Amino acid sequence: MATAAITAERENYLNQEYGIKSWLLTVDHKRIALLYLLTITFFFFIGGFFALLIRLELLTPAGDLVQADTYNKLFTMHGQVMIFFFLIPSIPAVLGNFLVPLMIGAKDLAFPRINLLSWYLLVAGGILMLHCMLTGGVDTGWTFYTPFSTAFSNTKVIEAGLAIFISGFSSILTGLNFVVTIHRMRAPGMTWNRLPLFIWAHYATSIIQLLGTPVIAVTLVLVVLERALHLGIFDPMRGGDPLLFQHLFWFYSHPAVYIMILPSMGVVTEIVPCFSRKRIFGYKFVALSSISIAVFGFLVWAHHMFVAGISLYAALIFSALSYLVAVPSAVKVFNWTATMYKGSITFSTPMLYAFGFIGLFLMGGLTGLFLAALGIDVHVTDTYFVVAHFHYIMVGGAVMGYLAGMHFWWPKISGRMYPESLGRLAAVIVFLGFNLTFFPQFILGYLGMPRRYWQYPPEFQVLNVLSTAGSTILAVGYLLPMVYFLWSMRYGKVAPDNPWGASGLEWMTTSPPPTFNFDRAPVVDWEAYDYENIPAPQEARSGG
Amino acid sequence: MADSPIAVEHHNPALKHHFVDMEQQRQASSLGMWLFLATEIMFFGGMFCAYLIYRYWYFPDFAAASSSLDITLGTVNTAVLICSSLTVVMAVSAAQVGKRQQQVVYLALTLVLGLAFLGIKGVEWTSKFKEHHIPGPTFNFEGSLPGHPDQPVDQHHAQLFFSLYFAMTGMHALHMVIGVGIFSYLLYHAWKGAYTPEYHTPLENSGLYWHFVDIVWIYLFPLLYLIDRKK
Amino acid sequence: MSEHIVSAKTNIAVWLTLLVLTGVTAGAAFIDLGPFNTVVALVIATVKALLVVLIFMHVKYTSEKLVKVVVISAIFFLVLLLGLSLADYTTRLLM
Repeated sequence: MATAAITAERENYLNQEYGIKSWLLTVDHKRIALLYLLTITFFFFIGGFFALLIRLELLTPAGDLVQADTYNKLFTMHGQVMIFFFLIPSIPAVLGNFLVPLMIGAKDLAFPRINLLSWYLLVAGGILMLHCMLTGGVDTGWTFYTPFSTAFSNTKVIEAGLAIFISGFSSILTGLNFVVTIHRMRAPGMTWNRLPLFIWAHYATSIIQLLGTPVIAVTLVLVVLERALHLGIFDPMRGGDPLLFQHLFWFYSHPAVYIMILPSMGVVTEIVPCFSRKRIFGYKFVALSSISIAVFGFLVWAHHMFVAGISLYAALIFSALSYLVAVPSAVKVFNWTATMYKGSITFSTPMLYAFGFIGLFLMGGLTGLFLAALGIDVHVTDTYFVVAHFHYIMVGGAVMGYLAGMHFWWPKISGRMYPESLGRLAAVIVFLGFNLTFFPQFILGYLGMPRRYWQYPPEFQVLNVLSTAGSTILAVGYLLPMVYFLWSMRYGKVAPDNPWGASGLEWMTTSPPPTFNFDRAPVVDWEAYDYENIPAPQEARSGG
Repeated sequence: MADSPIAVEHHNPALKHHFVDMEQQRQASSLGMWLFLATEIMFFGGMFCAYLIYRYWYFPDFAAASSSLDITLGTVNTAVLICSSLTVVMAVSAAQVGKRQQQVVYLALTLVLGLAFLGIKGVEWTSKFKEHHIPGPTFNFEGSLPGHPDQPVDQHHAQLFFSLYFAMTGMHALHMVIGVGIFSYLLYHAWKGAYTPEYHTPLENSGLYWHFVDIVWIYLFPLLYLIDRKK
Repeated sequence: MSEHIVSAKTNIAVWLTLLVLTGVTAGAAFIDLGPFNTVVALVIATVKALLVVLIFMHVKYTSEKLVKVVVISAIFFLVLLLGLSLADYTTRLLM
């Protein structure tokens, strides 16, 4: 049994019980986190596969790899899979599920069975989505705009809508579990101001999941009803307003991008102090900035609709609010930088990813401000400028944060160290591949290349070729961790309790932790990030 | 780091092991239910948003369509739900003082009232079906704008009203059905004596859910039935 | 919820008030108040909702402030959705 080889003699959550039933019926938050890891990695491959096909098609100006209708399906399903079945669950469902109880000193989340249900809901939605893709797919764009999606598309809109509806409940229940857990199950002495900022970030994320997801849920219900019964709620031919769909859709989907980025920011906020050997600068500001992002994020949704036909006055309001929402994000960037200042920096793999995050998120965020300006947006909306903007944040930001976190906590999760030099190499490959893929897209968009187009004028080819070349490099960068993480489970050095000398309760239990997390319930009487008092990292035990 | 051994206590059989004590468990499940209700507010809220916008756009047509709803049945149904909220509250009170018999009676009454609500809804929907007010290929709304007998109601706008009417009351009815299911479960367990003064959290939390569904109807009733009955 | 036990008297008083308000709102629909018909109906509905939330759902008596925060937050975000959407719809024809 592979798992027997992973761990030392101690009993932990991995070797406590064997067999598929002990995994599929587990209520242990750590095992559920691993179930999620498998699921989202699977969907990452699928979404990535669609991305590669898109980039292949765009190597040449002519539409010659796939047909136009097929191309519409490719970018639609790339977006849907990546957003709903990879990014939204990713950090909260894997790292959040694993770490939230550990970080607050609890034995599990508040509702372990609901946690398992959350996973099954994601799987159910995922299976439905897979079936949809295999039997024809969807071509509406991940945004499902009406009346095309409700009245004209010939593809499986209802099935895709239902798949996302089901997976939405996975997200809602995860958020519910986190909020209750963080409020009610903190260990004695773990006050709000001693919580790791990873927890604050997940708390803020959970608020968005709770309050935003139901709106897209009901919107998808209305879309399904409209399509099935020809109602007219979103159909201008029947008195409906397509913009009503867009308002309801974006009311969730804009805050959804904060669901995708906040947890990543939480990860970076754990990594930067650790590898600077310094406490975080401005703890309260960082905590407050997470909550602010969650709240302000709900105020800006119509900036996706500037050219759709909303009133100019509404556009002005939403433009101004969109500038506001950048402020708390900037606060975080300042605070990370200030933390590193005069710190003792180690360029470990997690820290490399964190650096990548900060730089790329900065670029993505600043270009968001360009888009928030009405005058500029009219020019670049629906072009590759927008595509580049959100990929800088989602991939350069969120995915790098996810990888940073996976590397940082891998010893805790698996009890093994990954190979550090390979880790650093992969991080550099990801960074280079990412920039080569997406920076040309800023230029393409500014020059006028529309998004979701399957053909383009020949003068855009060089930039597209660069972008596709970048995407293959990026793919290699992503494959490497998958390979060496698996390798490490059998051959990696056995990890000590705290290989990084990091602060946080999760590092005060074994790697991997026992099923109930702590041998003795912790009582906290120290502040978070007290790096002055934490000894330097232990060397990982060689062997295994 | 200071630590303490995990406390061993004689605990209530209903205590789940990841909680420290019953109070933590009770607070956690109560908060969980409230958060779930918050998500429901946003869920129904999306439909209220759609409704408000089209009511703003097509007020006269909406008023005409609304007047074709049976105000008596609507008012009666509102009263039925209000009574059912009372019986829920009384059931919880009975559990708080350990009166098993009373719990069972009030829970049974709640179920009866809930089913009555659904029955009356069924009657209303059937009459809508007969009048061809169900959106779809057979939809046909005959009538004129309130106060303007010469101006017929726009069919598209009337159909929008009824689309939202059925979507909203349908979603509400679905929640009632789920509520009836939950309360059937509670009735059975209350009869078996599961709910005591020390532990009646499922009763309390299910009560919260039931009251919430009542509140949704409290808003649905005037918005859908009482747009403009003056003329 | 807190273990404060609401007296049967209070519950019945709330119940009767709710029934009366239901009758009032139905009756008021037949009186011509111009644009205020809608306002009156919504105000009455809100009073009824408040009675249910505060008394039947124990929010008035709870020692957990967090419950009040959750309720107010949900209402706040709903108002955001309705309000900012209406900000678009009510200003379109001004262009």
